Amino acid sequence: MKKRYLILALVIFSIASVFIGVSNISPLDLFSLTEEELQVLFVSRVPRLVSIVIAGMSMSIIGLIMQQLTRNKFVSPTTAGTMDSARFGILIALMVFSNATPIQKMLVAFIFALLGTFIFMKILDRIKFKDVIFIPLVGLMFGNIVSSITTFFAYKNDMIQNMASWLHGDFSLIIKGQYEMIYISIPLLIIAYLFANKFTLAGMGEEFAINLGLNYKRVVNIGLVIVAMVSSVVILTVGTIPFLGLIIPNIVTIYHGDNLKKNLPHTALLGAVFVLACDIFGRVIIYPYEISIGLTVGVIGSAIFIYLLLRGKAHGL
Amino acid sequence: MIEVKQLSKKYGSKYVVDDVSLTIEKGTITSFIGPNGAGKSTLLSMISRLLSKDAGEIYIDNQIVGQVKSNELAKKISILKQANHIDIRLTVRDLVSFGRFPYSQGKLTKEDWIYVDEAIEYMELEDLQDRYLDQLSGGQKQRAFIAMVLAQNTEYILLDEPLNNLDMKHSVQIMKVLRKLVDEKGKTIVIVIHDINFASFYSDHIVALKDGKIVKKGPTAEIIDSCVLKCVYDMDICIQDINENKMCVYFS
Amino acid sequence: MKAKLGVLAGFALVLIALFIFMDANGNWDYVLPRRGKKILAIILTGGAIAFSTMVFQTITNNRILTPSIMGLDSLYMLIQTIVVFFFGSTSLTMINKNVNFAISVSVMILFSGLLYKFLFRREGQNVYFLLLVGIICGTFFQSMSSFMEVLIDPNEFQNLSDKMFASFNNVNTDLLNLSIVCFGAIILYFMKFTKYLDVLSLGRDAAVNLGVDYDFVVKRLLIVVAILISIATALIGPITFLGLLVANVAHQFLRTHKHSILITGSILISIIALVGGQLIVERVFTFSTTISVIINFVGGVYFIYLLLKGKK
Repeated sequence: MKKRYLILALVIFSIASVFIGVSNISPLDLFSLTEEELQVLFVSRVPRLVSIVIAGMSMSIIGLIMQQLTRNKFVSPTTAGTMDSARFGILIALMVFSNATPIQKMLVAFIFALLGTFIFMKILDRIKFKDVIFIPLVGLMFGNIVSSITTFFAYKNDMIQNMASWLHGDFSLIIKGQYEMIYISIPLLIIAYLFANKFTLAGMGEEFAINLGLNYKRVVNIGLVIVAMVSSVVILTVGTIPFLGLIIPNIVTIYHGDNLKKNLPHTALLGAVFVLACDIFGRVIIYPYEISIGLTVGVIGSAIFIYLLLRGKAHGL
Repeated sequence: MIEVKQLSKKYGSKYVVDDVSLTIEKGTITSFIGPNGAGKSTLLSMISRLLSKDAGEIYIDNQIVGQVKSNELAKKISILKQANHIDIRLTVRDLVSFGRFPYSQGKLTKEDWIYVDEAIEYMELEDLQDRYLDQLSGGQKQRAFIAMVLAQNTEYILLDEPLNNLDMKHSVQIMKVLRKLVDEKGKTIVIVIHDINFASFYSDHIVALKDGKIVKKGPTAEIIDSCVLKCVYDMDICIQDINENKMCVYFS
Repeated sequence: MKAKLGVLAGFALVLIALFIFMDANGNWDYVLPRRGKKILAIILTGGAIAFSTMVFQTITNNRILTPSIMGLDSLYMLIQTIVVFFFGSTSLTMINKNVNFAISVSVMILFSGLLYKFLFRREGQNVYFLLLVGIICGTFFQSMSSFMEVLIDPNEFQNLSDKMFASFNNVNTDLLNLSIVCFGAIILYFMKFTKYLDVLSLGRDAAVNLGVDYDFVVKRLLIVVAILISIATALIGPITFLGLLVANVAHQFLRTHKHSILITGSILISIIALVGGQLIVERVFTFSTTISVIINFVGGVYFIYLLLKGKK
């Protein structure tokens, strides 16, 4: 898959995404838009497109970073407790500040996501048995535990339903004025690109990295901060998109090898194209209603994940 | 007698053991030697039914492995693999008593305990028998595992790299015990071993493997030979006689 | 060791007595059958979960795994959601509970059966792999049910959300009898495998060396585990981390490798945790929270502590 095909696909899907929806806007009307149509376009359609593209790109890239840092193809924000910790953070924010502003929520979610990912890395450090499959298993367990703690507080405060909305990725509620936070991801992704090679080195292990004169702790910490920040931003604007950070980098690796710096643009593009395609699919299939992105990616993603696992097993991992 | 006939095993399309036939005589120590990836451990695991085979047959005392009940086989042949890192809280004595499982299915009789005590004594573990495994050094642990195999009281004993991670003193100690087992108790021992000098000094027969195939098999004196070893390891090895034993010098 | 088991048994009995007789005020006819039923349900599910987690951890040679995360919980919720989604919430109460129970249990057992069959086809099967695929299927089920939950009428959702958390508050007597029969049959079947457990904890190679027909025994044990977990889940609802909690406490407290003691101990600890938890739910929280939420919370925190303090 060449980069230009991905870019082409991205452009086509983006155009399609803008013009699909209940209130009919045809591309032909573009130069004679009514007030109302302009409204729809700029309040709902364009924000939706922007958030899809950014969420797709950033979730895929932080997945890739985590895989490099842990040297494990099956680690991602969903399989390392990051998402669950961020959700726990949102709950705490809602409990502590009764009318939490988005920024407050984001900061608390960020702190928790960072802490959760950090604990996961600490656990990894202490596990003697480093099986490729065992590590994501520990991460998923850890995530389950964190969400059971979330449930404990949510149940006590009657917020179960409230929390359920963070559980499920959904683009249909995105409108102008409520999604702009997702732009925070962009500078973070640029930093990630600049640090790409260092993440690869850090993934080789602490001793290896120090031997090559790398400030290991700092590089890992920068990686974790990016991962936690992006996760909290995405979960607050869109919700959870399961397995995205896991399948996209793996698909790219399959046809493109293991060089992080080269893979980053591909991963970002494919992530955006994949989420766009899933979103369009979800909007078209039961038109005029729509299936949320959480479900479409959840279903397609779990199928692809199982396929990758089986494939990896056939290749001796 | 153990007979292996045209045994093969492949992973994917690569044969790790390729059409291997050999016979292991009773009352001897046989060493499997060869470079990394020669298929030594795989061969040993197949003989002991830990690993399934893709082709060929294995006979132990004229019975086909795979047709005999696993439990009956466990009274005849025992195997000790490398890397015994178990995470349970077990004393040495508990571990050794597991060796009696094929006979007692977990409910040990007086007679079973006699075997356990004997095995502990044989491996000189009396002082350590109530210690937990995680408190032991590498050499002590290895002795405990060998004691378990002894308690199993099988005629054939298979050991996969029993000297791994042991220092010189403990290596010699283990090899002497194995020799004693063959000479005094008439056991038949097969080991996979990397140090060819230990193989040379302690074994009766040697099977040299490379790329899943047997390069040469025979009495120790025939295999410890510059030409044969050159063929197996692809390096020049100078052989010197030291007190009736052959010593391989390969450091330069 | 006997003494420690005695302490556990005594503690369990005291809690049970407390639970049954506290504040009864002489209303024996009303109180006794109600509380007796609860206690019976607690002993059954607590025992089943403790037992199956112990067996499962021995098979996997790993203390940080539990069969409860294999996707069965999510599957159970999906089944309940589907019922409400297609037949409305009244169906949950209207349909004969036995039917719902039977359907849930059979679907869950069918799922684990398919999972095993699919994964054990190839050689060199790996239980971790099985578990991971199970969890992913779980996520898949969860996506499906949370999607349907969004579409369900909020009033009907209330009925469903009661099912999300394990509870001993409304245990159906018919189901209890049915479960007792099922458990009894499974325990009988399991008896002939008990002797292998100690040996299995040494790992596959050692077990085969000692003459255990490893694949045969492990497959049978995994089926037993799946059935027990399915029944326990269908009876009271999901309690994911109970097994993990009690199995680890049992190991820490009893410090032995003998499964006869470990299993008895973990069943007792499980009963203590559940009866104690239920007492807290009823007396301290006055029913404002549920037992599974508390157990998962305590179990989860304890477990993270265990993972972090583990040896380097």
